[in-house]
Amino acid sequence: MTKYIAKRILLAAVTLFVIIFVLFVLIRIMPGNPFPVERMSAEMILQKRAELGLDKPILVQFADYMRMLLSGNFGNGTSLYNGAPIKPILLACLENSFKIGVLSIFFGTAVGLLTGIVAALNRGKFLDGLCTVLSILGVCIPSYVFMIFLQYFFAYKIPFFPYFFDPSRFLFSSIMPALSLSLFTISTVARFTRNEMVEVLNSDYVKLAESKGLQGFELMRRHVLRNALIPVVTVIAPLVVDLLTGAMVMEKIYGVNGVGKLMVDAIAGEGVDYNYVLALGIVFSSLYIGVMLLLDILYGIIDPRIRLSAKEAA
Amino acid sequence: MEKVYTPREGDFEFITERDINVDKNFASQGYWKGVAIHFARNKFAMTGVVLVSVIILFAIFAPVFSSYAYDEIVSVTDAAGREVVAKSLSPQFAGEGEGYFADKTFIFGTDDLGRDLWTRTWQGARVSLIIAFVTIFIDMIIGTSYGLISGFFGGRVDNVLQRFIEIAGSIPTLVIISILAIFMDKGIGLVIASLLITEWIGMSKIARAECLKLKEREYVLASRTLGAGSFHIIFKQILPNTIGPVITQVMFSIPVAIFTEAFLSFVGVGIVLPQCSVGSLIEAGFNNITILPYQILPPITVLAILMLGFNLIGDGFREALAPKLEDM
Repeated sequence: MTKYIAKRILLAAVTLFVIIFVLFVLIRIMPGNPFPVERMSAEMILQKRAELGLDKPILVQFADYMRMLLSGNFGNGTSLYNGAPIKPILLACLENSFKIGVLSIFFGTAVGLLTGIVAALNRGKFLDGLCTVLSILGVCIPSYVFMIFLQYFFAYKIPFFPYFFDPSRFLFSSIMPALSLSLFTISTVARFTRNEMVEVLNSDYVKLAESKGLQGFELMRRHVLRNALIPVVTVIAPLVVDLLTGAMVMEKIYGVNGVGKLMVDAIAGEGVDYNYVLALGIVFSSLYIGVMLLLDILYGIIDPRIRLSAKEAA
Repeated sequence: MEKVYTPREGDFEFITERDINVDKNFASQGYWKGVAIHFARNKFAMTGVVLVSVIILFAIFAPVFSSYAYDEIVSVTDAAGREVVAKSLSPQFAGEGEGYFADKTFIFGTDDLGRDLWTRTWQGARVSLIIAFVTIFIDMIIGTSYGLISGFFGGRVDNVLQRFIEIAGSIPTLVIISILAIFMDKGIGLVIASLLITEWIGMSKIARAECLKLKEREYVLASRTLGAGSFHIIFKQILPNTIGPVITQVMFSIPVAIFTEAFLSFVGVGIVLPQCSVGSLIEAGFNNITILPYQILPPITVLAILMLGFNLIGDGFREALAPKLEDM
C-alpha cells in the first residue's frame, strides 16, 4: 500500500512540475509586453526588464521562479492591483472560493448519494422516476441557468436571501451560491449511484447474502454500499474540477471575491496580468492534480482489487 | 483398378437465392438499421431530436425572414413624427401595443440599444451551433486519428502519445483558456481555439480503447496477411467499426461546446459586440435582469433546450448502440 501511494505521489509531482514548466515557458515566450509600451522609452523598458529578471535566459528565469514558489511566494502582479504582491490577494480569494466549493461538494455528494440510494431501493416506482427525471434535468441544464433563476426569485422577487455574497455573513449568504453550484453534482452522483446500486442489488452475491439470512441495514453496509460506491468515487473527481468552471460564473453572478473572479480580472481586464495568470494556473493545476491523487489513493483504500493489480504491475 | 470419376456437366450448380436459408426474423436487419429502430423507439431520444431540430430550424430561418438585421438598431416614429430608437421594449406584436411603436412586432422585445431580440436570439443560436458543430467535427477528426494511431501501433508510440495526453489532460480547461486569452484577442477565435485544444482528448481515449479491442480481431489479421498497410488497416478497417462510440461521444461533446461558448462569453472573453451568441445574450440579459427580466428569458431557454436536447440524443445513441438484453 505504501508503495502504491508513494508511486502515485511521485507521478503527481512529476506531472505538476512539467505543467508548471510548460505554463512558465508559454507565458514567457509569448509575444507582447507586460508593460505599457507606448508610455515608456526603450531604455526604460530595458531597465524594467533587467529589474524583473526578464533579460536572463529562460531556464535561469524558471529556476528563479521555482525557488520563489518553493519559498511560498508568487511574486508581484504586473498590472492588477498596481503590482502588489500576489500571495495575500490570492489567499483571500482562495478562502472565499474554497469555502463555497467545499460546502457545495459536501452538500451535493450527500444529497446525491441519498437520492440515488432512495431511487435504487424504489426501483421502477414513482420515486425512482422522479429522481431520474430530476437528475436528467440537473445534468443537462447548465448550472448558471439555475443560479440566475435562484437569484432572481429568492433574492430579488422574494428578498429572503442576500442578493450578493457577503463574507461577514458567510453561511447564510453562501446558501444560494453553494446550492446552485451543487445541483450538477447532485444529479450526476444520484444518477450514477442509482445505476450502480441497481446493478449490485441484482448481483448473485447479494442474492446469496440474502439467502443466508442477511437483511436490512447490515446487508446494505456490508455488501451493497461498499461495492456500489466505488465507481461513484470516480465521478466526483471530474466534478470537483467542473466546479472550478462553475465557480467562475457563480462568482460573477453572486459577486463573490474569489479565484474565478480573479482569473477573469487577470485575462479580461484592461491589461492581461501575466503573473496572475501563471499563479492561478499553478494553483488550479495543483488543485486538480491534488484531487486526482487523493481520489486515486482513496480508491485504492476502498477497493483492494486496484491496490493488488497495481502491485502486480509494479 | 479404381475408376477416376470425371465431373460432368450438371454435377455442380451455382448457389442461388432459393438455396440460402435466411432467418428473416433476425438476420434481415443490418446493424445500423437496428440501431436506428432502437433509437426511434426511445421516447427521450426522439424528444431530444425534436427539440434540437426546432432550434436548428429557427436558427437557420428566423434571421433570414426577420424584418430586422441582428445588429440593426431599430427606429420607430413617435407621435410627434420624430425618429426614436426602440430601446428596451417588452415583447409585443403589431397592433397590440400602445402609442407610437404599435405597428412594429418585437416577439422577444428589444435590447437596451434598440436591437430586435427575436433576430438576435436566433442569430446567437446560429453562431453557437456553428461554433459547436465545426469545432467538434475537427476535434473528432483529430481525436480519432490520434487515438487510433496510438492504439494500433502500441509500444513506444503509444507510450509517448499517452504520456502527452496524460499531461495535457491534467491541465484544467480554465488554465488553457487563460493562457490562450493572453495569446489571442477576445472573440470567436478564442472560443474555437480553446474548444479545439481541449475537446479532442476525450475522443482520442475512446478511439484508442476501441482500437485496442478491434486490432486483435481476425479480420484485421486477415487483412494484414493479404498485405494491407498499417494506415489502410487503421482507416479502412478499424475506423468504420469505431464510429458508434465516437458518435456517442460527439453527441455529448456538442452540449459541452455550446456550454463552453456560453460560459466564455458570459465571463467576458467570448463573442464581442455587435456579434452575438447565446452566451453574450445571456450576459447582456443578466446585466439588466432586475429591470428588464424578459431580456434574459429567450437566450437562456434556447441554451437549456439545446443542452437538454443533445444530451437526450446522446443517451439515446448510447443505448441504441449497446442495447441491454432487458430492453430488447
